[in-house]
Amino acid sequence: MEYALPIIFFFLMGFALFLYVILDGYDLGIGLLLPLADDGEKDLMIASIGPFWDANETWIVLGIGILLIAFPLAHGTILTALYLPVTFMLMGLILRGVAFDFRVKAGDQHKPMWNKLFFIGSLITTICQGWMIGSYITGLSPSLVNSVFSLLIAVTLPALYILLGASWLLIKTEGELFDKSIRWARYAWLPMGIALITVSIATPLVSESIASKWFTVQNFIGLVPIPFTTIAAYLAVGWLLKQNHIIKGGWEWLPMVGVIVICIMSSIGMAYSLFPYVVIDQMNIWQAAAEKNSLLIILVGVCISVPLIVVYTGFVYYIFRGKASNLSYGMDN
Amino acid sequence: MEFDPVILSRIQFALNISFHILFPSITIALGWILVYFRVRYTLSRNEEWEYAYYFWVKVFALTFALGVVSGITMSFQFGTNWPGYMERVGNIAGPLLGYEVLTAFFLEASFLGIMLFGKERVSNKLHLVASLLVAIGTTLSAFWILALNSWMQTPQGYTLEDGVFVADNWLEIIFNPTFPYMFLHVVNASFLTCAFLIAGISAWRMIKCVDGPATKRVFKTGVYLAVILAPLQLVIGDFYGLNLVEQQPAKIAAIEGVWQTERGADFTVMGIPDEENKKTHFAITIPNMASWILTHDFNGEVKGLNEFKNSHPPVGIVFYSFRIMIGVGMLMIIVSAWGAWTLIKKTQPSPKLLTAFSWMTFSGWLASLAGWYVTEVGRQPYIVYGQIKTTEVVADHPGEHIAITLFAYVLIYSFLLFSYIASLRYLSSKPAGSLTLVQEYGG
Repeated sequence: MEYALPIIFFFLMGFALFLYVILDGYDLGIGLLLPLADDGEKDLMIASIGPFWDANETWIVLGIGILLIAFPLAHGTILTALYLPVTFMLMGLILRGVAFDFRVKAGDQHKPMWNKLFFIGSLITTICQGWMIGSYITGLSPSLVNSVFSLLIAVTLPALYILLGASWLLIKTEGELFDKSIRWARYAWLPMGIALITVSIATPLVSESIASKWFTVQNFIGLVPIPFTTIAAYLAVGWLLKQNHIIKGGWEWLPMVGVIVICIMSSIGMAYSLFPYVVIDQMNIWQAAAEKNSLLIILVGVCISVPLIVVYTGFVYYIFRGKASNLSYGMDN
Repeated sequence: MEFDPVILSRIQFALNISFHILFPSITIALGWILVYFRVRYTLSRNEEWEYAYYFWVKVFALTFALGVVSGITMSFQFGTNWPGYMERVGNIAGPLLGYEVLTAFFLEASFLGIMLFGKERVSNKLHLVASLLVAIGTTLSAFWILALNSWMQTPQGYTLEDGVFVADNWLEIIFNPTFPYMFLHVVNASFLTCAFLIAGISAWRMIKCVDGPATKRVFKTGVYLAVILAPLQLVIGDFYGLNLVEQQPAKIAAIEGVWQTERGADFTVMGIPDEENKKTHFAITIPNMASWILTHDFNGEVKGLNEFKNSHPPVGIVFYSFRIMIGVGMLMIIVSAWGAWTLIKKTQPSPKLLTAFSWMTFSGWLASLAGWYVTEVGRQPYIVYGQIKTTEVVADHPGEHIAITLFAYVLIYSFLLFSYIASLRYLSSKPAGSLTLVQEYGG
């Protein structure tokens, strides 16, 4: 049990953060796309995420929560090392989160300001998250090379979120905004590909221990399906975005599936690269883990509540299925 | 210029948690009040209750969003600024916070979507259930976080292994000696805050003649809630205080400004405590009253600050905060009694009464903040009472880094607080009828 529990929590944490990237990723992507839309479209785009964003954001609380609960020693080390990017990400999340509500509740004359803050908040959040992922992969040790690597992820993560956001809009909108979303997705596709390839090549270069895990013959053969599936999904998304008759023929959810497959593969790749470290090369999950009984009691809670959460999250998505129409708070008099 | 990271971390955390608590202190009770409005409508089919709901659900949504984003900040700051805290008490704080996320956060966040946007998509019954689940979620959240906070006040149910706390008995941890008092006190405070919020804003709307009958209904709800809960809070507070005499005598000594242990101690109504010279200047006192309040005996013994050398909290903040809390509480009792008396006599509320209530709109915030300062500053120098000092767990960031982030937080929070109050004002000037009934999502 003392051996298994940290492993279970390592994967639970990965699962929560993976869901966070997908779910809040599309919210943040929509924030990033907001300046490109006209006023009516802005309302519609925000309406499409209105009922979901709050719960989406909760996954990062669970992810960081598990880090804190299961690996208290690592929690301090990681968050202290990432002090500035974490704090600025929080400020981005604050601005983004409140802009949702203020833009429809403050007077109409302030709406453009809150739209801008919604965009700025989403951008700050995304860039900081990219920087944090970069610093985390490079073992939280600051150096010029590592900073360049972190910067690389910081500037490319927006491409992924934009692709997620645009794919979400394909599911949730129709008409002109739908057409625009196809265009936005196409714009983001190429930068995201470049980002994927660069990050995949750069990661083993900046981290020897990751390189040694991937590039031995027998490991590499076993791992080959990961990059291959990623590449296949990536190309499929690019192809789909050009097939108007498919996307407009009731298959508008397919690009989203493709992007999710890319994210799943990247997460598996990353989990494999890190395991069993929670801080790479410094602290493994058993060193960082909380005491056994505390882990057990929380595991009981997880086993009961996570399936429930999944069920009622599904229920909410079911209730708000179909295309979004304007979110009317009735302040438009 | 030298920046002291400990002081700056303290200020930053105090700022964050003070800003955060403003919003849960509304949503915990407002969730239930909204359920009440919905139930009244469902039973009576009286549109006025629907108007009341549609107005206040917008306030709820806005308040909730501010609570969520400022709460996320808290969960990170444990790690960014106080890493030693989780390293030492992670085995206890972790599961409590974990259960809060698992049982409360997802529940409220998910069903809030249905509550706000699902009116046209689900049946009235399901919508009512969603509102109920959101209210349960906010209360559960209060339950877990107060379990942790009260445990930090009166830790038990653990063993120490090399300085690390290991949980022994979860029932003892959760239901520690201060928990029941703190929970009742905080939840009641939330209802009281909301009672004055809804009565205050309704009074303002009545002065401006926005929405006749619906607004008056809400005003009545607020006044009647306040007139019952304000005196009740005094009673709960008294029990809480008696509990603290046993559990945290140093906090009590600072609250009362008692420098030397004595029998028949006077109660200082107001004064200027001077920690250096160990006396209170310009003290206005009531003879033997402190002894009576704390021991319910005019000659009872009250422990003084002299018994807790180097382990008592800073006297000034605790002393003043306590008096602000009590002062606002008394004002609440008086104003709510005046309001209830007017309503019972079935006379029209006078402009003076309405003005008094609109001045009291945010009085709950003032009292809650002051109360939390008494609780939290009063626990110093410890973070876990009697066990870990706050200075032991702080992160050693360069002072400049914390100064930068603190400055940014001050800017953002002032801006948000201003926007929040401005939005409430703007919403309040609109008739609920113009806030169309549906927040629809899709057709």
